Amino acid sequence: MVFFRRIVSAALTFGLATYGTQAGANTPDRLLPSALTIHIKDFRFSPTSATIRAGDRVTFVNDDDEAHTATGVDRTFDSEGLDTAQTWQHVFAKPGVYKYFCELHPYMTATIVVERSAT
Amino acid sequence: MKRNDFLEHVAWTGAGIVWSLSATGVLASEPARAAEGFSFVQISDSHIGFSRPENPDVIGTFTRTVDAINALPQRPAFVVHTGDVTHLSKPAQFDTAKQILGKLNVPSIVLPGEHDVIGSPQAFLAAFGRRDAPNGWFSFDRGGIHFLSLVNVYNFEIDGKLGADQLDFVENDLAAQKASTPIVVFAHVPLYALYPTWGWTTEDGARVLSALRRFDAVTVLNGHVHQIIQQTEGNIRFATAASTAYPQPAPGAADKPGPLQVPDNALLKVLGYRSVELASDSAARVTDHSLG
Repeated sequence: MVFFRRIVSAALTFGLATYGTQAGANTPDRLLPSALTIHIKDFRFSPTSATIRAGDRVTFVNDDDEAHTATGVDRTFDSEGLDTAQTWQHVFAKPGVYKYFCELHPYMTATIVVERSAT
Repeated sequence: MKRNDFLEHVAWTGAGIVWSLSATGVLASEPARAAEGFSFVQISDSHIGFSRPENPDVIGTFTRTVDAINALPQRPAFVVHTGDVTHLSKPAQFDTAKQILGKLNVPSIVLPGEHDVIGSPQAFLAAFGRRDAPNGWFSFDRGGIHFLSLVNVYNFEIDGKLGADQLDFVENDLAAQKASTPIVVFAHVPLYALYPTWGWTTEDGARVLSALRRFDAVTVLNGHVHQIIQQTEGNIRFATAASTAYPQPAPGAADKPGPLQVPDNALLKVLGYRSVELASDSAARVTDHSLG
């Protein structure tokens, strides 16, 4: 039975890789191109620190067995709950230093630095 | 406090623990006031919405729990759910949980866990908010026991946290109680430093524990860790509850916390509920029941 479930799980993962979509309220119907992908795995955001340009879109992917969120400390952005394999995207429009954390596991912290757009 | 004292009676098990508190127990200190035959039930961490191989049917195991409580030979005064009712704070998940809890043949008290207040507590409050407790925390007296129902998942930015307003409430509330009154405290995250590495602690819990020290007997019941762990510290007996959804590793037994896969035929043995009752000899019995 467990083996069967793993096959199903693997099939779902394959579907994600192929089509870039996954059912869930947080997940857009289609993932848009993004400048950066943050993977959530083993209770860590990876990369922990990253720099992008204003207007860049960032993709957050929960690759962990546990649910997580990507929530700005200043609450300017919040993925809400991301279950395993769920994805969320956010456009950082304004320059600044954005510290964020997981609401469910607040010791998980990371930073995105948004620089002025080149144009 | 010596570390050895603090860790006295530490125990971990999946299920099946029974302990009696006759000599120094929570209710035995004042048998004249405690109502004989009074009992209540604790359930925790139902995580409605969870759908992974560790338990693909959390609705089924939660329903099984409710059915088992309804079948208890002694009807409890109430059931307390110590949080993480849902997995992701979705209104539909709260609706499902509310329907299942509605099958209980006794009243229920529901505390939020951090999984119930993702983004905001609004969905939780819409489902389970109480008019008499607009902030979420409150106290009441039943069966000769003074109960405190606390919320340590708001402002959840480092570990569990109660906040200044709630701490003031606790101190004022307890100041009005006699030292001989048995005290029972509910909260989702453990109020003491159970395992801070995994966030299994309440950042400002020490003030509550300090206010509880003058009482003859205190029982603190928590969820969050999905396993039964008991500790005794002086007059305070701590007990975390099993989940109705899935187990987690024992503290430090894995690299990280999270759902623990057990063999299919072992899952029900590590899920369950807890009854707390006053036996005929006025001793309190805290009994953990597994689902299988």
